[in-house]
Amino acid sequence: MQEVLKKKSAEKRILAPRESRKTIGNINVQNPRMVCRNVDVYYDDKQAIRNVSIDIGRNEVLSMIGPSGCGKSTFLRCLNRMNDTIDSCRVTGEILFDGKDIYDSSIDVVPLRAQIGMVFQKPNPFPKSIYENVGWAPKIHGLVESKAETDELVESTLQKAGLWNEVKDRLDQPGTGLSGGQQQRLCIARAIAVSPEVILMDEPCSALDPIATAKIEDLIDELREQYTIVIVTHSMQQASRVSQRTAFFHLGDLIEVGTTENIFTKPSHQLTEDYITGRYG
Amino acid sequence: MNLGTRKILDRSFTVVGITSIMLMATALLVVVVPIFTGGIGAIYFEGTIEHRKLQYNEFGKGDRGAIERQIAETEPYRNEVFRILDAFGDEMETMEPGEKRNYLSKYKKVRKMLSRLLGPLPGDQKPILLRYQYGSTRWEKAEELLHDLMFVTKWDYSNPDEMAKRYFVPRADEFAGTALASLFLYLENNLEKMLLPERTFYWGFLTDRSLDAHIFGGIWAEIQGTFFLAVGAMLFAFPLGVIAAIYFTEYARDNFFTSILRSANSTLAGVPSIVFGLFGLAFFINTIKVSDSKSVLAGSLTLAIMILPTIIRAAEEAILAVPKTYKEASLALGSTKWRTIVTVILPAALPGIITGGIISLGRAAGETAPIIFTAAVSVGATIGLADVFTMPTPALSWNIYNLASEHEAANEIRHVQYGMVLALISIVLLLNLSAILLRARISKKLKG
Repeated sequence: MQEVLKKKSAEKRILAPRESRKTIGNINVQNPRMVCRNVDVYYDDKQAIRNVSIDIGRNEVLSMIGPSGCGKSTFLRCLNRMNDTIDSCRVTGEILFDGKDIYDSSIDVVPLRAQIGMVFQKPNPFPKSIYENVGWAPKIHGLVESKAETDELVESTLQKAGLWNEVKDRLDQPGTGLSGGQQQRLCIARAIAVSPEVILMDEPCSALDPIATAKIEDLIDELREQYTIVIVTHSMQQASRVSQRTAFFHLGDLIEVGTTENIFTKPSHQLTEDYITGRYG
Repeated sequence: MNLGTRKILDRSFTVVGITSIMLMATALLVVVVPIFTGGIGAIYFEGTIEHRKLQYNEFGKGDRGAIERQIAETEPYRNEVFRILDAFGDEMETMEPGEKRNYLSKYKKVRKMLSRLLGPLPGDQKPILLRYQYGSTRWEKAEELLHDLMFVTKWDYSNPDEMAKRYFVPRADEFAGTALASLFLYLENNLEKMLLPERTFYWGFLTDRSLDAHIFGGIWAEIQGTFFLAVGAMLFAFPLGVIAAIYFTEYARDNFFTSILRSANSTLAGVPSIVFGLFGLAFFINTIKVSDSKSVLAGSLTLAIMILPTIIRAAEEAILAVPKTYKEASLALGSTKWRTIVTVILPAALPGIITGGIISLGRAAGETAPIIFTAAVSVGATIGLADVFTMPTPALSWNIYNLASEHEAANEIRHVQYGMVLALISIVLLLNLSAILLRARISKKLKG
């Protein structure tokens, strides 16, 4: 066991000539929704993300893949400043959302997070009723004023999330009583209820079975028409099924960006090829 | 370690575990059974006609007609006793002065005991203390008195190497040959007809005020005092504790200052309660003068300080046990930190916070030391809600101690003491039970 670990860490050291780790591929898109330039993320002294620059286009699904610990989740959480909740975390560089730097001191993080929603790895509905799970956030943001409006919004949102028919008779029951896949769709519904412009998804299907996964993937495909979606995934099949562009991260570096088709059929970087062909990861 | 040794270890541990649990269960039974039987004795006992008279005169309870009928029923037997006494009184008048002196003190003793049994005798002055205005209200006490009346207790000191031995001599012997000699046999045979014992449920024990320092009556003043003190303590400690816990878990940064605060909190939880009691006297009453002397307010504040660390810790743990994902989900929806705490974290932590609170409430109800100097009086009237800022109150915990150690008639009212213990234990048990039920209900609602 010890020897294997030693060998692995030796491999890591070999892997890192800086020059060969510059991002390959076109990071730019037409008319981007979010623009990230030279983003570095540190946890205390340890650098988790190194100089990442990438654009996120409108109405596209961008998937981020890479082996565990490559920083893709960390980078995702920079996009709506969820990393603020971690004291030791420090972000430098520029992340523009509709032309404004979200790390600017004048930016209020509360409305920002309403515009850039997030769905987490583990389904985490609130321990409240299904109705309240969806209706709670619109209420606090003042998006709905009356009970009737809330009812309407809850119904339309749950319909968008493809959950309405399954839960319409038990809206008053706790969201935590649903199955895993239903819970995750409820979380997506909760996120889109506040009409965000971007939805960040952090491995949304990793805790789900294939059927539930398929439903979520269909949902992501539908949601693309209205929202920009950034999804972190461990499953390369999933990335190839749902996304238009793919970004490959490795040990804190953005190695390669391109259309999903290109990445999976003719990757330009050796690391990308090794990863998608399953040589490591 | 090989399989055989492991199995032996496992089995011996099972044996040790079961033994220790059995030991604990036995110890618990040894404590609980007497408390229960003794405590029940305060409510369910054989009450005499004296008990019913007292209830009617002092609390207006009972049927006047029935009581008068029963009194009339006892009259002939009591009159026979009084007749014998009179006859002996007349006889003494005819005696030689020396002989008379010899009988007088013994006769006085008999009269005194008789009055404890049947109430004031004809020719006695009306006693001032209520305890002497009625005879024996409880049949088992009457039987004990009868025995003391029938026999003189003597001690045998003949063997200097041993403890003195007790033995009984019939009191009738002291009056042999006089008119009084027939009294004792008559009493033994007819006491029941003079007192008419009946099985009685005295629920008033829980709801009546006490009469003549708990000699008669109930413990309502103590129950209510305990309630005021415990609830008052919660009113101060619960909000403060929850706020402190929120600060510790959500706002405080990990630095020297907060770690000092945390360890101070833990230390406070281990401080003996008598220290809190003295602190309460020194600070709340003598320094900031929340009241001129002991008061419910001062006692509640002292109890609040005592239970605060427990509440803080319980609430802190409950908040930390809320999955971080709830907080993240709420923040990711663009909710503010404060709103996240109030609408997401606190509701999810509520079962734990409430459990901690109710267990502390139970502790506040049961503690004696903090209220000795700040709130408790041994004998006192039931106070109104408006008096809590200025008046002290009797309370169960303190009065149990008082009845056990300081009451002048402690031995005669053991049943009251047991009744108080049972009432206190029941209150604490009910509180804990309600905590468990409430917790189960809330978690069920949350989990579905």
